[in-house]
Amino acid sequence: MMVSERAQEQLEQLWMAEEDGQVGVPVTEHPGENVQDLLDGAWIVQDQGIWKLTASGREEAARAIRRHRLGEVLLADVLKGDQNQVDDQACRLEHVLFDGLDESICTLLGHPAFCPHGKAIPPGDCCREKRARADAEIAPLIELQPGQVGQVAFIQMSNPGRLEKLMAMGVLPGGSIKLLRASPTFVFESGYSQFAVDEVIASGIYVRRDVVSS
Amino acid sequence: MQESIANPRILPESNGASCHGGPNVDTSGLPLIAIVGSPNVGKSVLFNTLTGAYVTVSNYPGTTVEVSRGKGRLAGQPVGVVDTPGMYRLVPVTEEERVARDILLQERPAVTLHVVDAKNLERMLPMTLQLIEAGQPVILVCNLMDEAERLGVKINTTALEQVLGIQVVATALTTGRGADRLKEVVLSSLNRNGHSAAGCANCESKPAQVAVVQYPPAIEDALQQIETQMYGSYQLTHRSIALLLLQNDAGVAALVAAQEGAQYADVQATVKAAQGRFSQPLSLVIARYQREAASRILQKVLTQPVRRVSRFAEKVSEATMNPLTGIPLLLLSMYLLYQFVGVFGAQTLVDFFENSLFGAYVNPWINGLLATYVPWPAIRDLIGNQYGVITLGVRYAIAIILPIVGTFFLAFSVIEDSGYLPRLAMLIDRVFKKIGLNGRAVIPMVLGFGCDTMATIVTRTLETRRERVLSTILLSLAIPCSAQLGVMLGMLSGRNDLLLIWAAIMTGIFLLVGLVTARLMPGERPTFYMELPPLRLPSPKNVFVKTYTRMEWYFREVFPLFIIASLVIWLGRLTGLFDLAISALEPLVRWLGLPDQTAVAFLFGFFRRDYGAAGLYDLRNTMTGVQILVSTVTMTLFVPCVAQFSVTVKERGWKTALAIVVFIFPFAFLIGGLLNWLLMVLGVKL
Repeated sequence: MMVSERAQEQLEQLWMAEEDGQVGVPVTEHPGENVQDLLDGAWIVQDQGIWKLTASGREEAARAIRRHRLGEVLLADVLKGDQNQVDDQACRLEHVLFDGLDESICTLLGHPAFCPHGKAIPPGDCCREKRARADAEIAPLIELQPGQVGQVAFIQMSNPGRLEKLMAMGVLPGGSIKLLRASPTFVFESGYSQFAVDEVIASGIYVRRDVVSS
Repeated sequence: MQESIANPRILPESNGASCHGGPNVDTSGLPLIAIVGSPNVGKSVLFNTLTGAYVTVSNYPGTTVEVSRGKGRLAGQPVGVVDTPGMYRLVPVTEEERVARDILLQERPAVTLHVVDAKNLERMLPMTLQLIEAGQPVILVCNLMDEAERLGVKINTTALEQVLGIQVVATALTTGRGADRLKEVVLSSLNRNGHSAAGCANCESKPAQVAVVQYPPAIEDALQQIETQMYGSYQLTHRSIALLLLQNDAGVAALVAAQEGAQYADVQATVKAAQGRFSQPLSLVIARYQREAASRILQKVLTQPVRRVSRFAEKVSEATMNPLTGIPLLLLSMYLLYQFVGVFGAQTLVDFFENSLFGAYVNPWINGLLATYVPWPAIRDLIGNQYGVITLGVRYAIAIILPIVGTFFLAFSVIEDSGYLPRLAMLIDRVFKKIGLNGRAVIPMVLGFGCDTMATIVTRTLETRRERVLSTILLSLAIPCSAQLGVMLGMLSGRNDLLLIWAAIMTGIFLLVGLVTARLMPGERPTFYMELPPLRLPSPKNVFVKTYTRMEWYFREVFPLFIIASLVIWLGRLTGLFDLAISALEPLVRWLGLPDQTAVAFLFGFFRRDYGAAGLYDLRNTMTGVQILVSTVTMTLFVPCVAQFSVTVKERGWKTALAIVVFIFPFAFLIGGLLNWLLMVLGVKL
């Protein structure tokens, strides 16, 4: 069900009030000529003089917030900094990011978790899918089977010098990596070169396993 | 077109201590060609090609640990060439990388040759981009093209030249392929303008836009800000200096602090602010962007095969790394090494030189001549007889040491060039962790079996000071060099039981001392990482030249010492000091249960333990099995030689070097005495 832009903004305000830890917005603050739409859709209820979100209203609001904040991230990337413009355009943009466009933008932006103001972006289906997939697939190099291929997801190394060494050996996030041996030390292939590393280093390299392993 | 005016001989820095650094010819005033690049891509081969000199070339990362300088001629034009240790990026991590980077920071090369491994171009191109970024007059040398082609990797060098805006030359330098073209390219860019970017003729003089890495806005902003905050003049572009500052490069920070004075605080503030805006270290962020830029550039330049064919060499490589096959292979190669050095070198060849040459001809002839023509006994003793310069010094050096050192270095060169050492390092890493080292230390340790002096220099490739000190102690104490090892093997020949006990004791002491010192010296736990180069068939030419160079170096180093020792002994005998020293040593020797004559050998051993071992070798027929064992063990534990000691002083400092010596000599005698006592108590007859 489509609602007016004003109604949608009210829904977002309620959501952000909840985000800030309030139960809702007092009715007195919102005389609400647009509230009828929301009440019709059973997205909000009045409870002791306070507007509150219903479960379905909360979902709808989260989607709107998500569009808004994705729009902000997109604009911040494109406009590089003019804060007034970002806020301005984001308000308009959120009303056009429908029909899967939000998911495409979200994927394009790499499923950002925060807007430029540092607030959380409610995850969409695409993010949840990606996270579920990633959680299952990212593992330290030491957990791979010899012969398995993957992409470096991230590197966790306490010693900065060591991190630099790894980077120099071509081990960078996004790079492809293949585990060749797990004993007596770990041997992996990166590009056309092979490297031997010990367990300490191998366990700091997190790898996203490829679905098809050779 | 190139004829070398370089002195092809190795000029030792001090006391012949630096065999691994290669030549160090003064190149000031000449246009300088700097050779840089990742480890094990063939920089030293290129140096040799350009200068006609020889610096050691091997198949493992970290062969070159010092800067070598030489002179060459390109079409009659004299040029200076500098070879650098390998570095992966402009930001150095280890000591030898810093040395390499500082060449670029402090000198002004007319041409910078960036040598890369063609098959790993994607990994190495970021460094090319950094050099372009730094304003270096870069020529990209895609070396190892033969290996890349065998794998099916194709590189469109013309397209690469166009995107990078620099000249690119494809080579396979070990076979000489592309060398002439490279020289032409270097020469033409020297002639075009010795001190500006070596742009290529076919493209714009400035690097194409693609070659300039675009960093994220926050970094770009910081770079611009730092560039305007700096007023000093640097050998690298301000942009490059700023990038290095953002990556916490301590060397560059010190340089900028010195150049900018009070301004530096502002620069520092900008750096801090930029770093604060990222959750990851900036070196990682910057490296990622450089890597992505490289991948983008290579999309149209590089053709990679879809499927990789498993070559025979890869199967062998696999076998050396699997403990099930790797350990038997290790034992087999040790056995072959023993057969070649210990039996063929130390027995067959030594026997020939010692008995057939010196024993039957040279010594009797010299002594005969002396008896006939020289009336003064003192002069006779100086040249001939028991301790003469020729009958003792020259005989030791040529008849005993030379065949052994020669066979060892020959075998070692083959092993080095095959690429086996890094595989040995990974195989043995776990054991070395127990003694406070990591697999990387295998290379200096194995090299120590050739020459402890060389090996002590090579400990530079280890990361922490703790590892460097630990490995120096172990090298000085428990790794006999080939000369000594050979004499020992000769002494123990035919007594395999003694050989085994000796080997077991030495291994035990190596591990025990390692374990204890690792406990006593607290410090960071070492970690291991190493590139495993492909196994390669050693080139006979390189093996031969390398063996020859090392033997020449060794001889140059050893021969004078042997002569000097003979002279000192002669003087000592003449003045009675020799007998005094020997009588001082005799109680010690007796405590070890050894015949008095061995005191002479131990006295020699203070100069060089192989010299001492050779002295023991002469006495082997008069000693019992127990005495042979005790004297061999004690002598093996001695400090290797005067040269190794001086290198230790240079590399580790006076305090550490003295502490090592003060520990080693009493320890050696203590172990010898303990062994003798134990064998006596147990009533062992050997």
